[in-house]
Amino acid sequence: MRLRWSWRGSDMDRRVLIGNIAISEAVKLARVDVISAYPITPQTIIVEKLAEMVDSGELNAKYIRVDSEHSALAAVYGASSGGSRVFTATSSHGLLYMYEMLWWVSNSRLPVVMAVVTRSIGPPWNIHTDHQDALTVRDSGWIIGFAENVEEAFDMTLQAYKISEDKRVLLPSIVALDGFILSHTAEPIDIPSQEDIDRWLPPREPLPFVMKPGEGFAVGNLGPDEVTMELRWYIWRAMERAKRVINEVDYEYKDITGRSYGGLTERYRVEDADYIVMGMGSWCGDIKEAIDMLRDEGYRVGLLRIRYIRPLPIQDIIKYGSRSKAVLVIDRAVSMGYGGVLAGEVASILRGRTPVKGVVAGLGGVDMRSEDFIDIIKRFIEEYELDLDINWLNTYWIMKDGGRG
Amino acid sequence: MEARYKILDIDLEGIEDIRRFREKLLSRPDKGSAGKTGTWRLYKPILYIDKCTRCGLCWLYCPDNVISWRQREIPEIDMEFCKGCGICGDVCPVDAIEMVLEGE
Ligand code: SF4
Ligand code: SF4
Repeated sequence: MRLRWSWRGSDMDRRVLIGNIAISEAVKLARVDVISAYPITPQTIIVEKLAEMVDSGELNAKYIRVDSEHSALAAVYGASSGGSRVFTATSSHGLLYMYEMLWWVSNSRLPVVMAVVTRSIGPPWNIHTDHQDALTVRDSGWIIGFAENVEEAFDMTLQAYKISEDKRVLLPSIVALDGFILSHTAEPIDIPSQEDIDRWLPPREPLPFVMKPGEGFAVGNLGPDEVTMELRWYIWRAMERAKRVINEVDYEYKDITGRSYGGLTERYRVEDADYIVMGMGSWCGDIKEAIDMLRDEGYRVGLLRIRYIRPLPIQDIIKYGSRSKAVLVIDRAVSMGYGGVLAGEVASILRGRTPVKGVVAGLGGVDMRSEDFIDIIKRFIEEYELDLDINWLNTYWIMKDGGRG
Repeated sequence: MEARYKILDIDLEGIEDIRRFREKLLSRPDKGSAGKTGTWRLYKPILYIDKCTRCGLCWLYCPDNVISWRQREIPEIDMEFCKGCGICGDVCPVDAIEMVLEGE
């Protein structure tokens, strides 16, 4: 289906696309120069579609087929050092195989953009979503965003180029979208015109550096220990500035598409909420539905959707977390021996301010529906009001039959 | 698109930061840029001028680029930066380079 319409003078093309194709459309609009590709489910369709676009001439880019994910990121690392705008995509085991190169990219401050279609890590083999893969690279210096729906995955990809290439940031970005739930599900999406994107996203500037023939230099040569620490400190500062840039870019983006999400976080019915739920990714749509139904029953509850886990929206978590009675964090990933990954971060920020409860659910793609969230949220409120649970961070697991572990 | 945001100190700081970052991350080839690597040496190459046929193979192979050589001339090894890897001795077709333990 195709429908053309216009938003405040901007031409929009309404299409129904699955998440993977939407990402490749965003990559095309960003006029990427170099793409490296290695297949892994559920990401493969992204690079397959890009291959078609390059083949048909629709996209003027170099397409590099490589022997592994490690090489996939190494290839775009090189291309990005040469000043190109680059893209690659992966999932699960593929991301883990890239692990070493992730640090080369971030510690060199190259504005690489990568889609991570989230998928459980084996064993057992499982191609369905949880957030364990993307969260495993949490500390690597990449900006990491989680999309809630197909349109947002598209928007986040385009925004990632603008954010990563910003002079104040110059850090790589991961756009995470839930495997199958977003990657293979078709949703309507309004695609802005190439002219509008060109105006908004100019070609990449030669920053942080560009390698050219005849100009010899080495990247990251052995140096004094203090240099390593100093370079890390610059990355730390860039990550801090990225918070502001992410908010700016998301706001600006409204000019061409009419869409804006709230920057680092999306606030859903939080203004007068007694209880705040926090989470990431596609199931936030179901959580919103649960919240609407709970509101109808008189529960004052809202959702603070964490759009970016790096840089972490500490200010928003404090602002909305500390004005509520208690916070519930629903995680699709777990740090064994501690708790939900996001829950741990939120608890460390809200310590001494607001009690935080963590729930681990949906690992390996176990389906979670709005009814499940209603149960979880009701139980959480009940426990808080009856003062039942003393150990608040104590994470519990939602098992498949709806029981708790 | 007109800028909607004022340029703050934090933005200027970012531009200054990336300049300094680049300065520290990148290094240009320069003699001794990694220090006096000659001090790393365990074995030193000794060149016997009378045996040398001036073929230039050692010059071609030295991974540290510390051998200088011109057509039909005896090569010269810069001992301040020779790391003592022994490759020159290995490739010399007439055994004109011998590796000797330092201090002997
Ligand atoms: S020993 Fe190694 S570093 Fe030294 S001159 Fe020979 S090849 Fe070069
Ligand atoms: S390789 Fe041997 S023979 Fe050839 S120039 Fe070097 S020392 Fe002389």
